Amino acid sequence: MTAQLSGIGPVPAAPETAGRPRRRRGSPRPPWEEPPSPVGLFGKGVVLVLLVAAVLVPLWAVLVTSLASRETIDAAGGMVMVPREFDPSAYITIFNGGQITRAVWISTLITVVGTTVSLVLTVLAAYGLSRPGSVGHRGLLFFFLLTFLIFPGLVPSYLVVTGLGLKDSIWSLILPSAISVFNLVVIRAFFMGVPGELLDSARIDGAGEFRILTRIMLPLSKAVIAVVGLFYAVGYWNAYFNSVLYIDDNDKFPIQRVLQSYILAGQSPNVSGAAVSLPGITAYPPTLAVKMAVVVVTVVPAIIVYPFVQRHFTKGVITGAVKG
Amino acid sequence: MSGPGTAGAVDAPAAAGQAPPPTRRPRRAGRRRHRASLGARLRRDWPLLAMTAPAAALLLVFHYLPTLGNVIAFQDYNPFVGDDPVEAFLYSEWIGFGNFEALFADPLFWDAVRNTLTITAFQLVFFFPLPILLAILLNSLVSGRVRGFVQSVVYLPHFFSWVLVVTFFVQMLGGAGLLAQEMREAGMQPWNIMTNPDTFIVLVTAEAVWKDIGWGAIVFLAALAAIDPNLYEAAAADGAGRWRRMWHITLPGLRPVIVLLLIMRLGDALSVGFEQFILQREAVGRDAAEVLDTFVYYQAIATQQWGLGAAAGLFKAVVGLILILAANKLAHRLGEQGVYSKS
Repeated sequence: MTAQLSGIGPVPAAPETAGRPRRRRGSPRPPWEEPPSPVGLFGKGVVLVLLVAAVLVPLWAVLVTSLASRETIDAAGGMVMVPREFDPSAYITIFNGGQITRAVWISTLITVVGTTVSLVLTVLAAYGLSRPGSVGHRGLLFFFLLTFLIFPGLVPSYLVVTGLGLKDSIWSLILPSAISVFNLVVIRAFFMGVPGELLDSARIDGAGEFRILTRIMLPLSKAVIAVVGLFYAVGYWNAYFNSVLYIDDNDKFPIQRVLQSYILAGQSPNVSGAAVSLPGITAYPPTLAVKMAVVVVTVVPAIIVYPFVQRHFTKGVITGAVKG
Repeated sequence: MSGPGTAGAVDAPAAAGQAPPPTRRPRRAGRRRHRASLGARLRRDWPLLAMTAPAAALLLVFHYLPTLGNVIAFQDYNPFVGDDPVEAFLYSEWIGFGNFEALFADPLFWDAVRNTLTITAFQLVFFFPLPILLAILLNSLVSGRVRGFVQSVVYLPHFFSWVLVVTFFVQMLGGAGLLAQEMREAGMQPWNIMTNPDTFIVLVTAEAVWKDIGWGAIVFLAALAAIDPNLYEAAAADGAGRWRRMWHITLPGLRPVIVLLLIMRLGDALSVGFEQFILQREAVGRDAAEVLDTFVYYQAIATQQWGLGAAAGLFKAVVGLILILAANKLAHRLGEQGVYSKS
């Protein structure tokens, strides 16, 4: 009633949400609400600080340790919390060629190529499915939605992927997971929210379907597409298990796999040392700083992209998902 | 109606008519009346079909084809009897329910089932309510800036891979981690929760909470935002205190979402997450960390018993399907929207 859709600027919100007064961001406490009790305030504060600390402390510790020198780490007996010096040698080590440089490159490649492929195909299909009444619409939609209910299973999936000759190819990390039907439904819901007159008028002006998609739909749904793109990108960057299944060649390991072999393998006593041997790294076993530098490298892309898309999360995903 | 965001964004010389929402109906009704021939409709709609085709093809190859491939659960599948998996499939021997008999006679399989269900139950009690509480807490914050900051921070771990999450836990709580370090310094005996099978279930739940509590709260925050603020004001005017308002307005407002998500979780009871367990199975041992998914993996791919692994996978898929259908039915019965009642 009072708040006038402050944050909604860049988002062409779906019609349903446009009229609803959002929760007042930063607006003052309403006059009828009783002032908070000191105990309640204190309790809330403690919980919030703990929550934030639970996320930030590990990140901080890893970052500081990755930049610490060997002496500092030895003196601390492990992880370092207080930054005393700036020693980038761990990063120089891992970016000096070898396994990790290669893995970062592979993961970047998979992420860029995969996200592009996924987004293009998903947007096209979402548009193709966004017009009730077109030929085959019902059947196709059913074909897509049915995937929510049936699970292909690991063994036959493995046999299909290897049978197609994708073993040890980066396409084995892209194609099987290229289409997320959930993301498709989200985008489709947004497309369907665009007023029909807009499309009709474009059609009268002689625009074909593809032109309508690129000139009208895409500009209107930038926010959702950004969010879905982030989901896809994060998925590709985080891909781990498929690489366990399909990639045997050390030179094609993505970064998550390398991180795992650096830190988690060898945790238990009965893992053979051979599994951890990493070509390209001279100092073996890797020092703690090097390990932590790998962690930082693995985290950083998510943290860089995140702020740009974060403001769209709630609006983009929830409206899409709830309507889907 | 306010459609400023949508209509204004496009320069709309032709979209002058401000007809209200029901845009699609009339068009479709008109089309019904003099339905064009299939050929004409195809000529009109072929771009749409062409756009959908690549995605459909991918699903066909990587989702439906493997689903059909599950029939090897009824075979003594041997990948070496042919030149490729298809030939091997054609030449492998059919053995009926032999794989299932072997599977159900395998105590390790039942251990995996038991572990899976225990973990699901544990997480329902100790994980499921937390995002709700977090959403209520965040919603009660008056300062938008604090709220936004906390939200940004707690959403973040959702975007970390399981490898990273486990790594963080190792570095913080593991045997050589920060906590053990501090304990050693304080003269205490450090413990290593990362390799302790007895507390493994707590560990995986804690990891799941750390990763997804913020993300889980988003849905509830949206539901909270949809509650009419006037209700609170009216209740307050009637003398309801903070707690009564939470009990009589906030929780009922969240009820549909809570029921829906609870049911979805129940339908998913056999899936507790794959990578999380594969990653930690070595460290804590099979007894605690073997769940159905990891069982399938080790039976099939690691030890090459393809038929047995496929049978276990099929068992999981079928039971999972039944659970989802049952859960959805339950949702409908409770008067909720259900999970897949979308058209």
